[in-house]
Parts: sequence; C-alpha cells; structure tokens
Amino acid sequence: MTDLGRIVVLAGGLSHERDISLRSGGRVADALRDLGLDVLVRDADASFVHDARQDPPAVVLPLLHGAQGEDGSLPAVLDLLGLPFVGTTAAGARAAFDKPTAATIVGSAGLAVPAGVVLPHAAFRDLGADALLRGVVSALGLPLVVKPARGGSALGCSVVRDASELPSAMVGCFAYGEDALLQQQVQGSEVAVSVVEDERGPVALPPVEIVPDGDFYDYQARYTAGATEFFVPARLTDEVAAAAGAAALTAHAALGLRDLSRTDLVVDSQGTPWFLEVNVAPGMTETSLFPLAVEGSGQDLGTVLLDLLRAAASRGEVRAAVR
Amino acid sequence: MVRAVAPVRLPRVNDPSLGRSLRQGSRLDHYVDRYAERTHGMTASQIRALFAVASRPEVVSLAGGMPTISSLPLDVIGAQVADLVREDGQVALQYGSGQGDPQLREQITEVMSTVGINGHPDDVVVTVGSQQGLDLVTRIFVDPGDTVLVEAPSYVGALSTFRSYQASVHHVAMDEHGLRPDALAEAVAACEAAGSRPTFLYTIPSFHNPAGVTQTAQRRKEVLEVADRADLLVIEDDPYGLLGFSGDPPRAIRADADDRVIYLGSFSKTFAPGLRVGWVLAPHAVREKLVLAAEASVLCPPALTQLVVSRYLSRYDWMGQVRVFRDLYRERRDAMLDALDDQFPPGCSWTVPAGGFYVWLTLPEGLDSQAMLPRAVTERVAYVPGTAFYADGYGSREMRLSYCYPTPERIREGVRRLAGVVESELDLVRTFGPGHLSGRAGLGLPAPDLA
Repeated sequence: MTDLGRIVVLAGGLSHERDISLRSGGRVADALRDLGLDVLVRDADASFVHDARQDPPAVVLPLLHGAQGEDGSLPAVLDLLGLPFVGTTAAGARAAFDKPTAATIVGSAGLAVPAGVVLPHAAFRDLGADALLRGVVSALGLPLVVKPARGGSALGCSVVRDASELPSAMVGCFAYGEDALLQQQVQGSEVAVSVVEDERGPVALPPVEIVPDGDFYDYQARYTAGATEFFVPARLTDEVAAAAGAAALTAHAALGLRDLSRTDLVVDSQGTPWFLEVNVAPGMTETSLFPLAVEGSGQDLGTVLLDLLRAAASRGEVRAAVR
Repeated sequence: MVRAVAPVRLPRVNDPSLGRSLRQGSRLDHYVDRYAERTHGMTASQIRALFAVASRPEVVSLAGGMPTISSLPLDVIGAQVADLVREDGQVALQYGSGQGDPQLREQITEVMSTVGINGHPDDVVVTVGSQQGLDLVTRIFVDPGDTVLVEAPSYVGALSTFRSYQASVHHVAMDEHGLRPDALAEAVAACEAAGSRPTFLYTIPSFHNPAGVTQTAQRRKEVLEVADRADLLVIEDDPYGLLGFSGDPPRAIRADADDRVIYLGSFSKTFAPGLRVGWVLAPHAVREKLVLAAEASVLCPPALTQLVVSRYLSRYDWMGQVRVFRDLYRERRDAMLDALDDQFPPGCSWTVPAGGFYVWLTLPEGLDSQAMLPRAVTERVAYVPGTAFYADGYGSREMRLSYCYPTPERIREGVRRLAGVVESELDLVRTFGPGHLSGRAGLGLPAPDLA
C-alpha cells in the first residue's frame, strides 16, 4: 500500500460514452492496484456527493467521458466538495470540451485550425437547410468533417465527400447534440499527442499515428482491437514530430489545462500540424491513445497516473494549509 | 514552461526496397490476421455501447428482454435449492447425461402438452437455454453459405447464431397474423430458382420476438402445407407460448407435425433465465446428432440447474406462477399500449401483442430509429432499433419496445419521453428532408443482461 489513502476512480456516467468510461476505469484501477493503491471504482451517480461527504477519498481520478465528465461540471463539483482530483479545472474543461471554443483559443495561440462553421439545428430550420448547406459547401469546399460541437469517440461524426451526403450527416450529428461543427477535412497523417505534467511542467509524449483500416477513425475503428494500426512514435521526421509535440503543448497551455490531456492533430504533407480537438479526460481503454503514448515513452501507465495522483494530493494539502 | 521532448525510438526495420527505414505499427491484437472468417463481423458497435447507459436507473429501458423475476417465490426456491444440494447433492453436483436429466425430460413432455405436443422424453435434448438448442440445430444442419429462411423481422439472437455459422439469411414477410404462407412459398421458389434449397425455416409463431404478433391456427396449417410441399424443415422457437394474455396457449406447429418440425422450448420466461435451461424436441435421428453435438460443446447441461427446474416443476404450482407472470405482463402491455395511444404522434403504428414481451413500432416516413437512439439516450429512454432484427439492413423505420421489465408507471414515463424524442427527430427530418437511412445491419445487438 502507498501512503496516499483511498483513491476513487470515477467511471460510467450517463453520457453516450458510458461504456468506454467503464472500460477506462477498469483498466486504470487495475494498473493502480498493481502498484498497491487502495482503489474504488464508482459511478458518478446520485449517491456520489453524499458518499464523498461522508467518507472523503484522498484523491479522485475522474475518467468520465463526454458531457458531465469533460464539460467542467465535475471539477466544479469536486472543488465544491474540497476533494483533490487529477485533471483540468472547470474553466479549462469547459473551454476544451466545446470544440469551436477550443479551436478559437488554440487558433489565437498560433496553431493551424481547419476552417469551419458551427451551426445549430435551428439555423437550418429557420434559414432553409438546402440553401445553407449549399452555402457551407461553396465557402468551405469538400470534403467536410461533420461532428457534434461537443462529445467524443467520434460519435455522430462523419466525413462528407459529396454534397448529397450532407443532410444525412447532419441528421446523424444532431442526434448527439444541438450544435454541429462543419470543418474542412485536412489531408494528412492523423496523430494524437498526449501531454502529461510532471515536476518539469507539461511534457509531450511521443506522437501516436493512427491508420484505420477504413477511411475514417470511427467508433468501430477506435474500439475494435485490430481494426486500426498504430505507430508509436508516429512516422514523422524528428522535426515534424517535435512540431506536433509543441502544438499539443501550446493547446494544453492556451486552454489552461492541467495534469494531462490529449490533442488530436492532422499533420499535412508540408509537416504542419493542424489542431482538431483536445480531450481533458482521454480514454484509457486497451485500444486508447493515451496509454499507447505512455508505453511508447517507456513509462508505465500506473506509475504516470500515480505521479499525477500524488501531485493532486499535494495540491489538496496546500489548499487545506491556506485555509 | 512549454516544451517538447524528443520522441522515443522504437526498433526500426530496414526495407531496402524503399531505401528508408520504417517504424513498425501495432494493431494491439497479435492474432488479428488469424481469426476465422466467421469472426470478421464481430466488431465494436456504437449502438451496442449506447445500451450501457440503459442500465442506469435514470434511464427507462424499453430495450432489453429481461423477464420480471421479482414475482418469483424466492424463499421457496431458496429452500428447494438447499434441500436439493443436501438430499441429492451427489447427483446435482456431478456430471450428468449429455441428453439431459431423464426425469426433467419427462416433465418437459408434460410442459409441452400444454401447447398440444405429444412428445416422448427420449426425443428431448436438454440444452443450456434454448439459445444453445438453436446453436446445436444450426451446427448440425448448416454449412457455410447455406440459406435459412427467417421471418422479417426475426429474433436477434437467432440471426447472430446463423451469422456465426456463415448462413445466408433470407427474410420472409409477415403481417398481423404472423408469417405469410404465400411469401414463404415465394422464398422457397426464389431459392430454388437460384439453384439452392433452404436448409430450414426458423419461426416464432407465438407472441413473436420482436414483432409481437401471433400466427393464427389457420396460418400455422398453411405454413405447414407450404413446408410439406417444399419438403422444408421447420424450426419452431416457442419461449413465450405459455405467456398469452387470454384464452388457452396457442397450439404449437409441432403438435400437428412430428417429423417436419424441430421444437425449441425454454424455462427462461416461464421460470428463470439465470438457470439457462431449455430444450429441443426433435425426431430420433436428429436427436442422436444433437446429443453428440451437445457433448462436443458442453459435455452435458449443468446437472444442478436441471434439478432445480425439476424440483420446481414437481413441488411448486408452476402453472400458477405462469398465471402470475401473465397478469403482470398483461398489465404492462396495457400500460404501454395506452401510453402509445395517448402520447405518440400521428404517422406511427404498432402491433398489439396478445402475449409475450414486445411491441413492434413503425415510425413515420424518413425517421431512422438507429440514428435517433443517441437522442433517446440523452432523454433517458432506450429501445432497440429495428435494424438489429434484420440481416439485410432493413428495419430502419422500426423499433422494438419491451414492456417485460419496467413497472407500468415507468413504462408510461418512458413512452412519454420517447414521444418527445420522435417529435424532435420529426422536426429534424422536416429540416433536412426524409430518406437518410442508416441501413447498417446487425449493429444493435443488446447484451442479454440488459433490463
């Protein structure tokens, strides 16, 4: 046993990514228990606040994906309860979770961001879908990526190569949320760069290159072992790999993120990394990118998380001392 | 401080033909290129993942097929199981016969007599749920590429079994009286014209899953006539036969055709699914092969659960308990139908089940039940999209609603939420126009432990 005390891993939730979150939670709990930690995996349900007040855990490790887990509401609640936790604060999570907001902030920080537009269903209803979609295509061109403005795991996402596919892409997207982000698709290598903070500050792990069997890294390609080929480190020149790492660090800093994040990028043929989105609660399943990057850096997932837990615990101590 | 670290090097592979080094990729599955052909469709599914949310109490799940077993006399069953192990543990905890316990097979013939079947215990093979019965029947009859005829729609677990044996599934149309004999004759003719002969017809004549309809006696007769003319084997799956809401249980097809029909029965809905006890009644030659196939698969069905069922049948008023189930499910069916009548927008239609667990609902033109499911989950209600029940991508306008598990109050709330979801989706279709069908088959298989 370590001296940390009881760790609560929050997994599950009510988002569309509940299943992934449960898998992430199970894997992380195993890794931490292997290191001798006292770990409880539990859902963020109606009894959580009550239980946490009755028997406060030493540190909370939130692994909830999608809304609630990544929109900033959970860190706000944990702060309210005075519980130390691993991960980004409420403000950072809010900015990162909303993809258009994140793109604007990260774009202002100097990263390349694909041109795009955010439109709610109401805009199409009120202005006429046909005309508006034609306007989008003439302004942005094809192919386009259509995705919910919020949410992960590529749920509700599709690549549109022909304008005739747009209405069905919009219907699929709006089933997951009220706002759709339509973005130019940048051609190139799909790369994810995980960032972990240690005593030196934020550090970029080796970029992971993603090559799905199909033409899109969709849900099936993400969570079926074998359906995607990963290269760790990505097949990039050292210079381009460093640029991708720097891009992830820029996004992490610009959005005010803490502890860990994963930035998804496309590296074009010129070697320019384009920012797609950033995740403050990256997946930790057997096929997820963050653990692959940790392994690729020669570290162990449990140890990396343990360091983050220790850092969170000492933040909690500092806070208690200030009070 | 913000800075990048140099990527860590993995071993490089030199490929002289390219004149540069390559880094090796990983697929995270060492055996990815070694799986059998039949494994290829087994992939992660975002629809299936959505069902994970349905297990939370905040969500009204109209998706699963779990029976309500809270009305079982758990104290009585607990005492019976304790007595069984104490008095007969030497048998209950030992290997048993591959064909199943002889006394239980006797009792199964009595159970089958309630649907008109006069079967012999020697022709009964006890299986690990009727799902294993279906697996064994498919195993001994179906070669890869063989055609099996199934209703449109059909039971999702059967489609999975047929897919795993690489059968080609040919759907046959139904109407409110079940399988259409004319469509069956056409399907047989179509197979013959294509140079093949269907291996069997798989049908659920009573209280169909998912369609909620029941073949009339006349229909059963006509279906048999078509099967006789075509020399077609019929697999009759009858898990819900005793769960009709009025009158006597429908007479099984098998009751009027000894050699033409293989009958699958189950205690999962009349007693408890956790015991995994079902059976197959088959002509003697088929039964011999089923026993050998069963031994190759599981050696023997679990002795313990067979004897639990046997004791329950002999020492408890099991038919009385079936009547309790019927009353409970009738009340829930009524709650669902009333709520649908009250809440659902025009343009939707649904079946009116006379027994069983399910209502089959058809959405207005342009709606896609698979694409709509995330919205439903957001609104805390779940159902199974219709495409799960077809092997060919059909069913996008349809959905299965279960009333077997939630209370009537929860059913009314679930239908109210679902009606709102349909309204929102209609709004979307009015914006973007109809006809955006997902058309992806087999993505919606819910796990068996889904409420």
